Order: sequence, then structure tokens, then C-alpha cells
Amino acid sequence: MLKITNLAVSYGAIEAIHGVSLEVHDGEIVSLIGANGAGKTTILRTISGLKKADKGEILFDGADLLKTEPSKIINLKLAHVPEGRHIFPQMTVEENLEMGAFTDGKDMAANMADVFERFSRLKERKKQLAGTLSGGEQQMLAVGRALMAKPKMILMDEPSMGLSPLLVKEIFSIIREVNKKGITILLVEQNAKMALSISNRAYVMETGKITMEGNAGEMLKDDRVKKAYLGQ
Amino acid sequence: MTFSLFFQSLINGLNQGAIYALIALGYTMVYGIIRMINFAHGDFIMIGAYTLFYTIPMMIHAGMPAWISVFLAVVICAAVGVLVEVIAYKPVRRAGSMSALITALAMSLFLENLAMVLFGAKPHNVQKIFDLPSVNVLGVALPLNVILTIGIGVVMMACLQIFIKSTKIGKAMRAVPQDRDASILAGINVNKVITMTFAIGSALAAVAALMYCAKYPRVTNDMGSMMGLKAFIAAVLGGIGVIPGAMLGGILVGLIEIYVKLFAPGWYEAITYGILIVILLVKPSGILGKNVGEKV
Repeated sequence: MLKITNLAVSYGAIEAIHGVSLEVHDGEIVSLIGANGAGKTTILRTISGLKKADKGEILFDGADLLKTEPSKIINLKLAHVPEGRHIFPQMTVEENLEMGAFTDGKDMAANMADVFERFSRLKERKKQLAGTLSGGEQQMLAVGRALMAKPKMILMDEPSMGLSPLLVKEIFSIIREVNKKGITILLVEQNAKMALSISNRAYVMETGKITMEGNAGEMLKDDRVKKAYLGQ
Repeated sequence: MTFSLFFQSLINGLNQGAIYALIALGYTMVYGIIRMINFAHGDFIMIGAYTLFYTIPMMIHAGMPAWISVFLAVVICAAVGVLVEVIAYKPVRRAGSMSALITALAMSLFLENLAMVLFGAKPHNVQKIFDLPSVNVLGVALPLNVILTIGIGVVMMACLQIFIKSTKIGKAMRAVPQDRDASILAGINVNKVITMTFAIGSALAAVAALMYCAKYPRVTNDMGSMMGLKAFIAAVLGGIGVIPGAMLGGILVGLIEIYVKLFAPGWYEAITYGILIVILLVKPSGILGKNVGEKV
């Protein structure tokens, strides 16, 4: 479904991503784990067109994303829940969800009802400004907004960041649930243990390169991963 | 102060304020979306006024109603606004705020001097589009022209609010200043939204030109600079980047100016802007402005 080949990305003169290749198949949850600054977020931002690539290729369902106007990528049904949530703080919860269906307003009412059913807290607060929500609620809103676009695939960047352990559990169960509905997920996480436990496959990144890839369950048992990312 | 003088001044102040408010909206909308002060915005009023000056006699000559000129002024101002943005501002958008500021100042000087070359330096008199009698309200003779001007201003502001609140492009215009990345991810073409913002802001300046000419039917090449400056101050007073703030700031500056003029005609600008400095000292982000750190 998503195929990245030999991607290189720079910030100014400094190359941050050095020839990364990765693949996500239809229906999978794939996680991308690694330390701070390894380049995980940069990869997601490049997929969505928020960051320009130097070279390489990103194919999504056959479409070349590097040649697609960034604001048109959502039309391909690829959504992105960015790091730090990036909700619209001065808009109400309801308006934020409407923004998720900005390019495709068909079935908006039904989709919103679905989102409200899954996230009842959002329904209670639908007339409230999104900036006044708690961190957990904002994360739910960011996920809900992505779902409003009826995506085939969602890129999720650090969804558990800054959340209490209870909410972390909740957000991971939501990711699983979303995936069960047939939405493919590429997950970037620092919480490697949680990420690996819900993923099919995983990639490990270090300083702009993929250093390991494989089955997520096996990776959980791998000594190197345990030592470096699971604190065991 | 007698009641009739108070009431008369209230109407005059609202008239003046509605003009400032419409201009201030242009500053605030552009600032909200690209964090840039478009110092050439005041000169769009001049372009609108010259359009009225040239097209009103043409319309009358052709046997058409004079108010068609207003639509021409709106279209021409919007087109100039878009052109200025695309040709001059877009290329320096990534070069930092100082470059953008200087480009805007240069554009203002360019437009004023271009107008002087094209239309001459001496003032022209704009023919009135509507010439209405006065009515007697509560014992005060009020020119209907003024009432109509205030009415146009209020209707424009109401339309803008509805547009921003409920249309798709209006929502995009609210979303982009709040979070540019999230807007792109939602499928908003940010460049289009910026262009649209310039078009709407400049169109409002054309309406302000109409309102101004209804009161002071004189066009000069530099008429926009002082008015633009005052409207900019009004936008800052209300909270730059906040649309209702521009409306409030504009009306306030208009009212304060007219009332101060009653007591100290020679001092009114000094006193008016003294008051505004005090307000900003108390609330630096403007009356409706929010104290938020710069987004990164």
C-alpha cells in the first residue's frame, strides 16, 4: 500500500534521512521506533508533503506522493495525525471534525456520528473550543479528525506523547480498533513496547537509517531491541 | 454638551469608525494568515477612489446607474490586491518578516507614486453616487447619506462574519492562521487561501473608498496613507489578527476621534492616539487580542 524507496531528506545542508526504504502492506499496523532525533517524524512529514525530499520515491496505492501537491494527498485517503496533535485551538470540537472532512463532505453527518460514538467525551464537548480540551481529549480529537476523511491509511506520530499511562492504553486500543475496521496504520512511537505489542511488523531507526526490520513480536524478544528501546 | 450635539457626533463617529473598521479588517485578515503587515493596504482605498472618480461619469454618460461603479471598484481593488500579493509578497514570504515589511512599504510608495504619474498630483472631486436628503431623528437633522454609509459598513461586516463562519473557504481562512500544517493535512491549499484573503481584504478597501468618498468626495494619490495608518492602529487596538477586534478597534478609533475633536479640534489626533497608547499599555495584545506566543 505504501512503499518508500531510498528516501533522502535534508534540513539545510544537513542530511537527516539517508536512503530509507520501507513498506507497509494493506491492513497492517507497522511501527517505526527509535530514539529522539532518529528521523521518524521527518519520514512521516515527508510522506504527507510537509517536508520536501531530496531524492527517493514514495508510492501510495500507485500514486507518487513526492509529485503530489501536499494539500491533495488527503484526497488519496491517506490521513496524518501529527506529533503534538495540531488541532485547531480556536475552533470547536465539531468544527475540528468538519475540517477532517474538508475535501470530502459526503456522509459527514454519519461519519461524525461514528466518531462521537467511539469518543463520547468529544460528543459531550462538541461545542467547546478545542484548545480548552485536555491533552488526552485533544489526541482523541486528532484521531477523530483523521477518521472523518474516511482514510485507507493513517500515519500516526507519537499518539501517546504526554498522556497518562491509562490514556496511553486507551489510545493504543483505539489504534487497534481503527485497524480492525480495515485502516492500515504506520505508527511512530517512542513507547516501543506498546507499539510493538500491537504491530504486525516494525522498523527500527537510528540517526536517519533503518537498522532493523521484522516481525514485531520477534522484535519484542530481540536482545538488542530490549536493551536499547525496552529498557530491559 | 447638548443632546443634539452628542447624538450628531455619535452618528459621525460611527460613520468614521465604520470606514476605519472596513480598512482595519484588511490589515488584520492578512496579518492573521501570513503574519505580515501589508502597508500598501491603505493605498488600495486610493485605487478604489480613483476607480469611482473615473467610472461614475462613464456610467452616468452611458445611461447606467452610478452604483455599478462600486462593483467595478471592488473588482479592480481585489485584482490589484491579488496582483500585489502574487508579484511582490509571495516571492519574499520565506525571506523573513523584515523583507516582507520592507516590500510592503516599497509597494505602498510605488502605488502612491504610480497614481501621481497616472492621475496627477492635484486632488479630484468624486461625483456623489447617492444624494439623499436629511431626516429628522429625535430633533437632530441626520443626512441619510451618513446613515446609509454606516448601514453599508454594518452589512459588509455581517456578511464577512457569516462568510468566515460558514463557507468552506471561510473555514479554511480561519484554519490556516491557527495551524498551517494541520490545514495542509486537511487538504487546504494554503497559497489559494492567502490569495483569497488578499482579494477579500482589498475588496473591503474598495467599499471603504465608497464610504469615504460619500463623506469627503476628494481623491488624491496619498489619501490612503494616513487613513491606512489609522486603520492599522485600529486593527492593533482591537487585537491584530482577530476579525471582530478590527471591527471594534475601527469603531472605537472613529468615535474617540470625533468626540475628542469636539473639545480640542487642533489636538484631536494627539489626544486620540494618546488614549490608544494608554489602552495598549494596559493590554498590549489589543482589546480582543489573545496573548499567545509565536507559533513555530
